[in-house]
Amino acid sequence: MTDINTGMVEKYRNDFLKEVEANVEEGDWVKMCMQCGVCSGSCPLGSDWDHPPQELFMMIRAGKRDEVLQSTSMWMCTSCYNCIVRCPRELPITHIMHGLAHYATRLGIEPKNQPTRQFAQLFWDNLAKNGRVNELWLGVNLYFMNGFVNGIKVALGMAGIGLGMLKTGRLSLKELVGGHTVKDKKGFQAMIKKAQELEAARIDN
Amino acid sequence: MADEMKIGAYICNGCGIGDRLDSGQLEMTATRDGKAAVCQQSDFLCSEAGVKMIQDDIDNEGVNHVVIAACSRRAKIEAFSFENVTLSRANLREGVIWVRPDEDDQRETTQEMADDYIRMACAESKYMKVPAASGQQEVNKNILIAGGGVSGMTAAIEASKAGYPCTIVEKTAALGGATAQLYKKIPTKAPYADPQDNGIAEMVATIEADSNITVCLNSTLTKTAGAPGRFEADISTESGSTETKSFGAIVQASGFTPYDANNLTEFSYSKSQDVITQAELEALAIAADGGAIKRPSDGKEVTNVMFIQCAGQRSKKEGHLEHCSGYCCSASIKQAMYFKDQNPDIDTTVLYSDLRTPGAGGENFYRSGQKKGIIFTKGIASEVVHSKNPIVKFKDLILDEEVEDEVDLVVLATGMVANAGEPTREQITIAENEAKEAGNEYTVSVESILNLDYRQGKDMPHMDNGFADSHFICFPYETQRTGMYAAGPTRRPMDIGQSMDDAMGAAMKAIAAAENAGLGKAAHPRVADLSFPTARLEGCTQCKRCTVECPFGAIDEDEKGFPQFNESRCRRCGTCMGACPVRVISFDNYSIDTVGQQLKAVDIPEEFDEKPRILVLACENDAYPALDMAAQNKMDYSAFTRVIPVRCLGSVSLSWITDSMNSGYDGIILMGCPSGDDYQCHFVKGSGTAQERMSKVADTLETLSLEPERVQTYEISITESDKVVKIINDMADTIEQIGMSPFKF
Repeated sequence: MTDINTGMVEKYRNDFLKEVEANVEEGDWVKMCMQCGVCSGSCPLGSDWDHPPQELFMMIRAGKRDEVLQSTSMWMCTSCYNCIVRCPRELPITHIMHGLAHYATRLGIEPKNQPTRQFAQLFWDNLAKNGRVNELWLGVNLYFMNGFVNGIKVALGMAGIGLGMLKTGRLSLKELVGGHTVKDKKGFQAMIKKAQELEAARIDN
Repeated sequence: MADEMKIGAYICNGCGIGDRLDSGQLEMTATRDGKAAVCQQSDFLCSEAGVKMIQDDIDNEGVNHVVIAACSRRAKIEAFSFENVTLSRANLREGVIWVRPDEDDQRETTQEMADDYIRMACAESKYMKVPAASGQQEVNKNILIAGGGVSGMTAAIEASKAGYPCTIVEKTAALGGATAQLYKKIPTKAPYADPQDNGIAEMVATIEADSNITVCLNSTLTKTAGAPGRFEADISTESGSTETKSFGAIVQASGFTPYDANNLTEFSYSKSQDVITQAELEALAIAADGGAIKRPSDGKEVTNVMFIQCAGQRSKKEGHLEHCSGYCCSASIKQAMYFKDQNPDIDTTVLYSDLRTPGAGGENFYRSGQKKGIIFTKGIASEVVHSKNPIVKFKDLILDEEVEDEVDLVVLATGMVANAGEPTREQITIAENEAKEAGNEYTVSVESILNLDYRQGKDMPHMDNGFADSHFICFPYETQRTGMYAAGPTRRPMDIGQSMDDAMGAAMKAIAAAENAGLGKAAHPRVADLSFPTARLEGCTQCKRCTVECPFGAIDEDEKGFPQFNESRCRRCGTCMGACPVRVISFDNYSIDTVGQQLKAVDIPEEFDEKPRILVLACENDAYPALDMAAQNKMDYSAFTRVIPVRCLGSVSLSWITDSMNSGYDGIILMGCPSGDDYQCHFVKGSGTAQERMSKVADTLETLSLEPERVQTYEISITESDKVVKIINDMADTIEQIGMSPFKF
């Protein structure tokens, strides 16, 4: 368990709902769920979730902290917004799902091997570096996510598409070294740093 | 009005009738067969000119029996309404041209259909009389209100505002009923966010300041006799004095009794002081008066409370209530707010299986509860373990797991048991027989509210789950006792806001009933009908069928067993007429003859003509409109059909069936409303009674060597226009198979 996680457990004791309300993006909506299940029924991937949104909300109210935060469920959300559109109580469900995933990550107890989480991390690391997504490196990192041998296999499988993209100028090998950045890279990084500081301060309080 | 009968027949050629039918032929039929003294045609009969033509004949030519051959009797009612004459309608539009295809080879049978409808309307007209006053009319504007709770008080205030003096008879020593025992009530005003003051003090003040409202406390009704417009009620006080007052109509607002939680042994109600009912929590909240609520066992301030919804209700278990009481979910939200508003850190959990917050503000109130942090858990409690702190065991229905929760206080949401008084005599007999079969003895354990002096019993009949009578599908206020209206939780489960609305409606109905009684007019559904049943007593055999079968208890018996009609209790359904084996009961404008002569007026072709005749006796409330709708949708049915509307299937006399069989009809179809528990019969029991009577017809047919298929009874809802068409066409097919009736000529 990470320090920050232990801190939160200490702080909120058994009132997980309050913890969610205070720390999760749009978390104060959770109590408004009326358990109709429209979100779960509307989710295109719903049957693949361990706990559909409605159930997650009930688990939060029942104080099932570990089950919720360590769950892979909210990582399954593809942001299609079907649930938000349909929720009769107008809960911003998609945002809450991302909020929960993000909060679990902050605490360091997220399911490490969940592929969406892994991709999200790769994407963020890639983006945060230069302020632009380096597609070549993102692809390479993604292919080799599950080890070197597997990476070679995936890369060979995709070779045709990659060559085609090179030919038509949609992919540049120049990106392998450095790659393009935002105009004010330093300013961008300072901005990210400040934002992270602000958020850390918010959660630590 | 001239003494001599003079029939005036008026044939409309509009709406395509003139194009499809030979109006000259129709006119000849009316004058030659129908004996119409005057017969005129119009291209647009319901126009101002057309109506004036009829009115002129009434005024100048002495026409006193009007026959209108145009559209259905359900159309153009305002245009074709004339004073002091009888009115018959031949339905040439919906009954003939709209249900027949416009083809040359169909012209002959279509014309025959129209001719027959003219003959039928003229025959009916001959036997109709203009309804005359019964002499029983009496206006009494006083309204009796049984019960001084929030429903009764609302009814009194509203009726008084409308100018009708009221008398409230309240059993206890104070007005206010169950509501007066509440700390606060579920909000009845926007934004429906917080509990409201119960409002009783204001209402009591209004009533005390109103000289039009008399309040009798510590009083009960020991006898209620009479009929709308002339009820005589004995109001007896606890001390023993009795006063008799007369009233025009009655509102019964006798409220409810909370379900006895001692039956709930699984929830340790009788063992633990910290397991209480909603009503008991109200008392704790009143004692706390905005401060911290303390639990009964040790006076500890409650920090953790659980509300168990549907305790002993919505359950088929022996001794439980089957119904949803409708108010308890909102009541629990309100009570959880008592805690949350005082201290938001108190844990309040509402354990529900289906949260229902009816009413305009219900959803807002639920949302407000969620915003205040009340936890709603979907689950079903199985047990409350009695210990220092009660432990609630329940199954979480969303997470699908068994949970145990230790709390300071458990509140049970027990439901409402209606104070509906005694069941009817018939219901008591049924219950007695059932008990006898089970080897038990049945005793009526409740006190009567109205103590009616009616042969059917002391109170209104009980409906499902013991609530007072009401036709919940079509006319919720109407009961089987004319001029008496149930309001509030005695009629169906409801909360304060709903009860107040309900009481307002009941008061308005009571006012209408009192006024109608003064004019000799019927109540719903034959509103404003002036006819009433009379009997030729010299022919009566005192068989008592009419008194027994009357769905409204309108007929008493004198000491010799002759029927005594109470016109203002009567709804004019004619069930008594259908019941009478010696055919002595009739209405001025509806009798054995008005229908019997119609079916005899139909031209029955000879057997080898291969033109069968199908008689349809259709209830005017649902089946006849369904037939009209089929016509509007241009659905075809057999040209051999002749439809006669009846007031209710209950009014169908068996003599009509035998007469039509004898005159050579090939098939008879009776169409009434659905009967049974979810009846839609506008006269409650009429169609059910008819079903029972007709079940015996098959035997009679067999003794005549007739196929039983020739007489069929159906239950029709108003929307089933496709079904009525199919039924008629199926009958035509059946006749084709089994052959024509051998009774022609």
